[in-house]
Amino acid sequence: MPLIQFTESGLYCARGGFYIDPWKPVDRAVITHAHSDHARAGSAHYLCHTDSRPLLQMRLGADAIQALPWGESISMNGISLTLFPAGHIIGSSQVRITDNIETWVISGDYKTVDDGISGAFEPVACQHFVTESTFGLPIYQWRPQEEIYNDIRLWITENQAQGYTSVLLAYSLGKAQRVIEAIRHSFPRIHAHGAIANAQETLIAAGHPLQPVIRITPDTPKADLQKAVVIAPPSADGSPWLKKLQPYKLAVCSGWMQVRGNQRRRNADVGFVLSDHADWNGLLQACRSTGAENVYVTHGFQSAFARYLGEEGINAVELQTDFGREDEEA
Amino acid sequence: MISLFAQLVKTIGNLTRTNEKVAALSRYFSEAPEADKLWVIALFTGRRPKRTVSSTQLAEWCREQSGWPAWLFEECYHTVGDLAETIALLLSPPTEAAQDLPLHYYIEKLRVLSAATPEEKKSFILDCWQRLRSDERLVFNKLITGGFRIGVSQQLLVQALSKLLPLETSQIAHQISGQWDPSAISFSTLFDPSHLATDVSKPYPFFLAYAVEDDPTGLGDPALWQAEWKWDGIRGQLVKRQEQGFVWSRGEELMTDKFPEYTSLLEQLPDGTVIDGEIMPSIDGKPLPFSLLQTRIGRKNPGKKQLESAPVAFFAYDLLEWQGNDLREEILSTRRALLEELVLGQAHPRLSLSPVVPFADWNDLRRQREAARDIGAEGFMLKRKDSAYQAGRRRGDWWKWKIDPLTIDAVMIYAQKGHGRRSNLYTDYTFAVRDGDKLVSFAKAYSGLTDKEIAQVDTFVKRHSIEKFGPVRTVEPLLVFEIAFEGIAASNRHKSGVALRFPRINRWRHDKKPEDINTLADLQQMLALYGK
Repeated sequence: MPLIQFTESGLYCARGGFYIDPWKPVDRAVITHAHSDHARAGSAHYLCHTDSRPLLQMRLGADAIQALPWGESISMNGISLTLFPAGHIIGSSQVRITDNIETWVISGDYKTVDDGISGAFEPVACQHFVTESTFGLPIYQWRPQEEIYNDIRLWITENQAQGYTSVLLAYSLGKAQRVIEAIRHSFPRIHAHGAIANAQETLIAAGHPLQPVIRITPDTPKADLQKAVVIAPPSADGSPWLKKLQPYKLAVCSGWMQVRGNQRRRNADVGFVLSDHADWNGLLQACRSTGAENVYVTHGFQSAFARYLGEEGINAVELQTDFGREDEEA
Repeated sequence: MISLFAQLVKTIGNLTRTNEKVAALSRYFSEAPEADKLWVIALFTGRRPKRTVSSTQLAEWCREQSGWPAWLFEECYHTVGDLAETIALLLSPPTEAAQDLPLHYYIEKLRVLSAATPEEKKSFILDCWQRLRSDERLVFNKLITGGFRIGVSQQLLVQALSKLLPLETSQIAHQISGQWDPSAISFSTLFDPSHLATDVSKPYPFFLAYAVEDDPTGLGDPALWQAEWKWDGIRGQLVKRQEQGFVWSRGEELMTDKFPEYTSLLEQLPDGTVIDGEIMPSIDGKPLPFSLLQTRIGRKNPGKKQLESAPVAFFAYDLLEWQGNDLREEILSTRRALLEELVLGQAHPRLSLSPVVPFADWNDLRRQREAARDIGAEGFMLKRKDSAYQAGRRRGDWWKWKIDPLTIDAVMIYAQKGHGRRSNLYTDYTFAVRDGDKLVSFAKAYSGLTDKEIAQVDTFVKRHSIEKFGPVRTVEPLLVFEIAFEGIAASNRHKSGVALRFPRINRWRHDKKPEDINTLADLQQMLALYGK
């Protein structure tokens, strides 16, 4: 029996007695990161990275959470489990599982670019590698992040010169922290929607040296928001909450902005191509550097990416999972 | 400069407010070189340069250059939904720091390629790709593949130009209409009103109407309004000046050669005449279904058989020029009186008056509208009797009041990813009706759902795919939609034996199950009723 099986509840290690990112409630769940398509409520026991713990507490209200730092192994029924940085968001981890004969790495979501806050992605040698494929087509090749950060700062400066508030739509956990880090030195006064402020405050309370944000409440004076920088979650798009910020310019920060049609569909003023997922080259590089003979491709462009890996001499198969539903703003 | 144009395309692509688009365009017009401005006007009004390199060649050279296998290139293309953009995204970043050359330089270079060998073409294209930045490559590729569909209407363009030119918007619209060659005319000549005198072919900008909201009762006193049948043909203008005749379509395409039926009519019309009307398939003054016209509009010169089976006549709506005078500022009733006199005087079998429909009140007109489908019309046009002939689509003086479409309930069986702003979403669907225990496909539809519904269907398609044929996914036949269409005709190109006119999704029937949908027999019955 292989060390990891693909079951109705998710990826399962029978000998270790645990699931990885299960989509149904189970007894023991190992969680790669705190996004809701990977970390679901209802399981009896959770194991995750130290930095993910406060986030799971905030999002799932779970108590039974065991935390583990990167690089430290624990044994579960004789199966060794170790976490390594995945670079996706704060706390995101790859899970290495080995019985010393067979080694699996389940990478969750990852990016190979070091954003300075999520930990730098580390290739982990294994025979079986489970990879995402959100951006598994060669049309998705990211420009260097510093160039995008510069574009964002320039855009804010222009908006301020023209008297507009700058609203950046960024996923509350992950993208928002990254955008805030990118602009904090030029624009230290950053206003935020409640969802973003919650995440930011939780992380600061957990000891991360992040920039505090100013939470927007019904009492926030309108004058404070003139020409301000506002970070909001994608769900704020088109909401009455957003209307109160007028006059504003709206930006969407997402890897999907790479394609013009997606930009136009959003009706935003600008799209910044900024993703917390690996681009095509990052995915290829990650798969190759593990040395894995078998790659299992999950959520995204599975079939194209698996086929390409196959042509490159790596045995790759598509895997149907329940991942990739929350994280639309990849 | 091509960088300036690339910037313009990028900016406009993201703008939704008309005044911001106008501002971006007029900023462009105040900064760009003369020759580039002319080309931008041409490109944004659908006058694209002659194609000298094929899409197939572009795709092939991009694959060679980037090294991706053909199947992967196809996957990318279906995800992006635009060839020019796919190529721009797949090429590696430029290797040389490019000199920023004007847009017209590239267009001119592409033009002279028509005489070049395939190798010369390839070397030029690869050289450009290597020097241009990603967003510049996109517009460069678009110059070849054609079509800048980024939401710049002619009206918007005219508004932007009016900020720079000392001319009325209607005048500007007229100046840029018709046939002109951006490489052979100067900016100042194009906008010189006296130049109109030398361009005898020039049509007038068409006056277009919006649909009346709900009901025409809100339009007030019926006595102030004229009602005409709205015909389903090709809106056109007949132009006769200095002994030369021209036929223009609403898309400002010169179609004189496509309709030899009008040759003797154009010869007979007096000089200085422009008639607005409908190019209609018709025998003995009776309208025939639009589907007949479809058999011949694709052809440059229709054959004898088509001329016999699908003859056209011109149903005249309006008189725009008479005895060399522009009548557009005259009121409709004056123009109509002159038109009637002209058409009766001509007594030409291919020219008839689109009749005015007398009515007592709006209720009376509503009753008469029910006969529209039997008459072969798609509803009424309502025009204020004191209206001028304006340029472009405007509210107020003219309205269209169409009959309710035909509808049928069908199940979705195939889905394909869309284009443009629907890129990477399953938005193009094929629908089927029931025939015993089989499903028979009968229509494709691309529109009618809200963005939210599209997202829901997209998720459904991804989770309920049965098979994948290239870009097409076969999905479980579970979702039921009401399909609306304007007409139905017999067709041997479709399995179902029918072809629909303007099929679109009217609504998602969440309340219906696949077993509740209509049958092939229902479609055949509609064909028997309305397909003649």
